[in-house]
Amino acid sequence: MDEKFSASAGNVVAGIDVGGTFTDLLLIDGKAGGKVHIAKTPTTVENQAFGVVAALAATGFPVDGIDLIVHGTTTTTNAVLERHLARTGMITTRGFRDVIELGRRTRPQAYGMTGTFVPVIPRDLRLEVSERVEASGAVRVALDEAEMRDAVKSLLAAGCESLVIHFLHSYANPAHERRAAEIAAELWPNGHITTGHALLSEAREFERGVTAAVNASVQPILERYVERLRKELAAKGYARDFLIMNGNGGMISARFVTQESAKTVMSGPASGVIAAAYTGKRAGFGNLVTYDMGGTSTDVALIRNAEPAVSNEIEIEYAMPIHVPMVAVHTVGAGGGSIARVDAAGLIQIGPESAGANPGPICYGRGGTEPTVTDANLVLGRLAPKKLLAVDNPVTVERVTAVFEDRIGKRTGLSGVEAAGAVLRLGNMKMAGAIRMVSVSRGHDPRDFALFAFGGAGPLHATALARELGLPKVLVPARPGITNALGCVVADLRHDFVNTINQPVGGLDEAGLREILERHRNEGEALIAKEAVKPDAIRVTHSADMQFVGQTHIINVPLPSSSVTRATLQQLFEKAYFARFKVELPEIRANLVNLNTSVTGVRPQIDLSRLIDPAGRAATLEQARREIRPVWYHGTWHDTPVYAREKLPLEATIEGPAILEQMDATTVLEPGDHARSDADGNIIIDIGEA
Amino acid sequence: MAKLDTITLSVLQAALQQVCDEMDLTFSRAAFSPVIAEANDRSDGIYSAVDGSLIAQGSQGLPVFVGVMQYSTKTVIEMIADGRCLAPEPGDIYIVNDPYLGGTHLMDVRFVMPVYRGGKIFCWLSNTGHWPDIGGSVPGGFSASATAVEQEGLRLPPVKLFKKGVLDPEIYAIICSNIRVADQRIGDIRAQAAALLIGQDRLNEILDRYGDETVVEAIAELRRRAAEQMRASIAVIPDGVYRSQAFVDSDGVVNEPLTINLAIEKRGDTLTFDFGGSSKPCAGPMNSVLATTLSSVYLAMRHIFPEVPISAGAFEPLIVKRPEGTFLDAKYPRPVSGCAAEVSQRIAEAVFAAMVQALPEKVTAAPAGSSGNFALGGNDPARGRDYVMYQISGGGYGGNAGHDGLSNGCSTIGISKSPPVEIMEQAFPVLYRHYALREGSGGAGRHRGGFGLAYEVEILRGEARASFVMDHGRFGPQGALGGRDGAPNSVTVFRGGQEHVPPHLSKEQDIALKAGDRVRVGTPGGGGYGDPRQRDPKLVAEDVRLGYYTAEQAQEMFGVGL
Repeated sequence: MDEKFSASAGNVVAGIDVGGTFTDLLLIDGKAGGKVHIAKTPTTVENQAFGVVAALAATGFPVDGIDLIVHGTTTTTNAVLERHLARTGMITTRGFRDVIELGRRTRPQAYGMTGTFVPVIPRDLRLEVSERVEASGAVRVALDEAEMRDAVKSLLAAGCESLVIHFLHSYANPAHERRAAEIAAELWPNGHITTGHALLSEAREFERGVTAAVNASVQPILERYVERLRKELAAKGYARDFLIMNGNGGMISARFVTQESAKTVMSGPASGVIAAAYTGKRAGFGNLVTYDMGGTSTDVALIRNAEPAVSNEIEIEYAMPIHVPMVAVHTVGAGGGSIARVDAAGLIQIGPESAGANPGPICYGRGGTEPTVTDANLVLGRLAPKKLLAVDNPVTVERVTAVFEDRIGKRTGLSGVEAAGAVLRLGNMKMAGAIRMVSVSRGHDPRDFALFAFGGAGPLHATALARELGLPKVLVPARPGITNALGCVVADLRHDFVNTINQPVGGLDEAGLREILERHRNEGEALIAKEAVKPDAIRVTHSADMQFVGQTHIINVPLPSSSVTRATLQQLFEKAYFARFKVELPEIRANLVNLNTSVTGVRPQIDLSRLIDPAGRAATLEQARREIRPVWYHGTWHDTPVYAREKLPLEATIEGPAILEQMDATTVLEPGDHARSDADGNIIIDIGEA
Repeated sequence: MAKLDTITLSVLQAALQQVCDEMDLTFSRAAFSPVIAEANDRSDGIYSAVDGSLIAQGSQGLPVFVGVMQYSTKTVIEMIADGRCLAPEPGDIYIVNDPYLGGTHLMDVRFVMPVYRGGKIFCWLSNTGHWPDIGGSVPGGFSASATAVEQEGLRLPPVKLFKKGVLDPEIYAIICSNIRVADQRIGDIRAQAAALLIGQDRLNEILDRYGDETVVEAIAELRRRAAEQMRASIAVIPDGVYRSQAFVDSDGVVNEPLTINLAIEKRGDTLTFDFGGSSKPCAGPMNSVLATTLSSVYLAMRHIFPEVPISAGAFEPLIVKRPEGTFLDAKYPRPVSGCAAEVSQRIAEAVFAAMVQALPEKVTAAPAGSSGNFALGGNDPARGRDYVMYQISGGGYGGNAGHDGLSNGCSTIGISKSPPVEIMEQAFPVLYRHYALREGSGGAGRHRGGFGLAYEVEILRGEARASFVMDHGRFGPQGALGGRDGAPNSVTVFRGGQEHVPPHLSKEQDIALKAGDRVRVGTPGGGGYGDPRQRDPKLVAEDVRLGYYTAEQAQEMFGVGL
């Protein structure tokens, strides 16, 4: 292993994010005063490592000159969503092998009695052994070791590469799972053995079982990928350890990441949120709603006091819960590809159908025929035809307008342009509603937040959405299209710990609580000490998940230190509850559900001021102007200046309407909006009166 | 006033929907009752100031409440008009749970609040939450053998629970003196009121932004268009009469099946639902009140046409003949505690069974259609306290034109999750012997039914009494278009070394149990869709390989020899 080094200002750090379509790279050369290199290359689906190497090559920067590579990967995300999983077996308590197939008696949607569900591990690879632990942790039936051996052998004979051991109440007493894992390890040819309690030591057998099953079934895939990438990088001269983004927004050594592979399933979205928190903090915005709009879906997250909200209860698709601490990213099933139509009642509806990436919007020229939100942006002059990144056969604006007239206008009495205007307005309205439900409606005052818009399509809609949501400001980062890669560059080392307490506050043992929180701290510090990267400092934060006795939902309450008293807990909780629901319940006792700790190895500050090359900036606003073109706002065309974002003078101020274009993103200022750019190249927009 | 354009109309439709969705979210997140907080057994909506008709309802509300609250809101408006209720003032919230005044069972408690604009009532907001107890002879309220509503619990006519924004301590005290675990109800009451207040804030924002008159106009236009949309959906069905039957095992008191007879006549762009010839009102609690019967028809139609938004307009082309003189239109004092949980699902099954003939591509064979209520009340000597445990469970869904049915799906009228075994064992002195997929239970068909659930619970300590309110014990969920029925529900009690099967199969109250006694339940499989002999033999072989069916069943049910 290399000597520990601090990824300080004098180092060369590369963040590489592999997305669905593009692999993005952001390299900051500390040895050259923070010079920035950027690359965007097609993602290589079969083996993402080729795309990563291609992105590195595209920068022209010598790979052996890079001090640290941090990598966000969708290898495990894709494996889960496309069910390209390693062949995995599961051994459960007798009588309970179907738990991960039965779920919690649900259906995919409230209305419609149809739906399909495929369990992560098929039934013939789920075997049972005699053993039983009670809820108290007492052993009722001893583990039958001979049965265990036979089950392991059967699964090996069935060609399994990975193994899950999932016993009832193992969170209360893990002895059986541990012993079973020892037995399995004697026979299993590799290290791919996941025990249920190791990843998630909480009650709820379905959620714990699925989390373990996902972990085991992506582990060999992630391991092979990490190995391939390590070799590819080594061949180019990068011999150090590299780091991988975890779903909790912290990075972890590629050497350790596979043990808890399930945590990488949300790697991509988490890195975007981390970049937002970092960028926002530098710009003076601690409270953000982040908004990353893609073709078929949009990711939304909440950041308070520069800390992204973390959740232990993410469901990545129907009946697929992954209950490990991850950045709370909510996915809304609408994006640029959402299709507009007129329903039988003569009303315009947006989605839920999406044109996706293929055929995609009409303007992509891949055979799409249904009008989408992206097409509406084109018709309305917000998006310039030449700014589309992924076009096969260009389609004229006139043709797209004609489709709006035909599909939407004819039945509603609107012209093609008006129809596109209606689609955009309604699309924004629906999107705003979905964002509100997962962010500001949870007891936050929208006026305290700014909208952080990124991804290719985010900045196009940001001002309209902020207006709908009542958010007074929008922050568009310097490089909206490579925000996830930036997240890799700036992320810290991070470990999260959860302990279930589930006791009324009145009866808590204060010393015991302190002991738990301090144990968390020690474990976290020990893990960080093992990493090749040396952090500048260690930051420890504690929080409590609380509720009133008798409730099932919880509220997360930040704790000031590990020395918590019962009185502080009660008081902090009541305050948080009132803020959320405007309800006071002095009659009812509070309950402490979980104690959480995150231990963060803080990386050195990274200078973002050169994300947009200062040398390329123009002296005046006029010099940055590309053209004036008509753009449709609120029912009429406005002559709108279009600026090259990279050329905007520092500290420029711009009055809406205006359009800012850059390589991979377009920002729209509506009439009345007022924008300025800051030292990091962010655009900060004050939303005008509607 | 500007003429209402399509864009504003579309925007207001989405905005009103969001108001309701946000009320639903607030209610669930703040509630104490796990039935509301986890199981989402609640619903919120906006209602007309004139007649209480439904303007918009949350998309994630419990399906059985589709349309119900417009009847209770209407009753409140009428009772205010004729002086039986105190006149409203700003900040007032009425509480009502009377089943015969536009309700369901007593556990479903409604709050009704006027929203004022310029000193006049603009509309009403209302929500329903299922309280975990409402008094009566059985903890939790699901009696299997009540013979009058008084045995089922506290019945509240519309009374002001909040007066000018302040909780009335007297009414509150009356409620608390009549229900079990009263100390936590204050939390649910505050949550239920908080949801309405959030709805009021959001609605006021919309009214301030778009103007009261525009919104009024939009509401009328949206209603007209929802009716149009439902009519357009209906119009594609061939004219004719589609008949079906469904059976409730028994009323819990008299051991005879209750018959639902349904003839749906499609003519032009309306559907007329005639339940004539259904069984007479029954002695036990399997009666349905009119509002619940109507709602069951609406929710079944919404399962078939999920794209039509819920509003009074959507119900206009659905004409339900009042089933007077049958158990689907129960009057005081008939007991009704089974109406929302079980009878409603048989009504929906009858609608599915008739409509699948008309719309074979859209409608499924019958789903398990039972909430699977198993209640266990007892004393835990180790903790020195009494407990009441509820196990709700899912079952198989019906096969359909595209796919096999889902296994262990939620009840037709619900959207609630069942509790984890580990949580049940933590909270109650019980041990589950198994909790498994019920092999062989999916009804045979070209697309087979989904599988039910098999579980067995052992009492670890103390004494307890078991009660069941389930259904489909006598007949399995119906197959469709040549598909076979799913496996019927089964309950077996093992006590003192003896096997006991409830005489009513799916319903019994207060079976005395001791430590070591066990309860074994198999929930229904879904009905099969289409001729089982047309099922791809490779799929049958795969089902056998996965242990869903035995080789013998493959031969016998699908005609496939392996």
